[in-house]
Amino acid sequence: MAVCVAVIAKENYPLYIKTLPNENELKFHYTVHTSLDVIEERIHSVSKNTNDLRELYLGLLYPTEDYKVYGYVTNSRIKFIIVIESTNATIRDNEIRSMFRKLHNAYTDMVCNPFYTNGDIIEST
Amino acid sequence: MADEVLFDYLHMEMIHEFFNENYKKEGKSEESMTTLELLGFRVGQCVIERLTKDSPRFKDELDAMKFTCKDFWMSVYKKQIDNLRTNHQGVYVLQDNKFRLLTNLSSGKQYVEAAPRFLAFPCGLIRGALSNLGITSVVTAEVAIMPACKFQIQIQRV
Repeated sequence: MAVCVAVIAKENYPLYIKTLPNENELKFHYTVHTSLDVIEERIHSVSKNTNDLRELYLGLLYPTEDYKVYGYVTNSRIKFIIVIESTNATIRDNEIRSMFRKLHNAYTDMVCNPFYTNGDIIEST
Repeated sequence: MADEVLFDYLHMEMIHEFFNENYKKEGKSEESMTTLELLGFRVGQCVIERLTKDSPRFKDELDAMKFTCKDFWMSVYKKQIDNLRTNHQGVYVLQDNKFRLLTNLSSGKQYVEAAPRFLAFPCGLIRGALSNLGITSVVTAEVAIMPACKFQIQIQRV
């Protein structure tokens, strides 16, 4: 179960950050912010393995003592970040990938919503 | 599967509506081209979002331009761009020798003056697609002989 999910826009400001209710939100905002640096580095690095560069899913960005942070970048430079607890060892890579897939699909549907202007904060009642 | 002509007819009616008498009377006909272009912009953004969902990441700008010429053009106009030229300094020229939105008008010099209004929406489409891929640009189009047309894309580097 993800502890925090964030959608970051092209210009690196957050469109949507949601954390589990009982947790300290500020800490996750900070974690997401620092993970942006890691993402930038991964996107821009010239890798010998060009296959790596072509994937949308970035995988485990970095582990902290309590949490693991996963990243995913779309072609329109929207970043999705998922933070999960390290104690939850049963989560596999495939499941994370499918979580990102669903996020991407939901995001695409939202962009096509006529009431949504590109760059707005994502809200839903 | 929707027929291709549905979009053609809708587009023609849109142009007809924007350039008809009501707009001329209120003096808004100059804005019509801009409005059409903005419509294309928004549509281009959405289309690109859906199309790039499954494709691998682009290495650079040229990659994004090639994607626009092949996959994007294929899905919107059911054919590929005939010619892509660049001066490697941010100017790209896309040439389509049989542009789908112009084939029904004429195939020669007739109606060349009216052609620009049919190209406002496609220009916006390209600009929207590129902007969602992270490229700010200015897109203009010109027609010499129907139905061939050239789109000139100028990348704005900040």
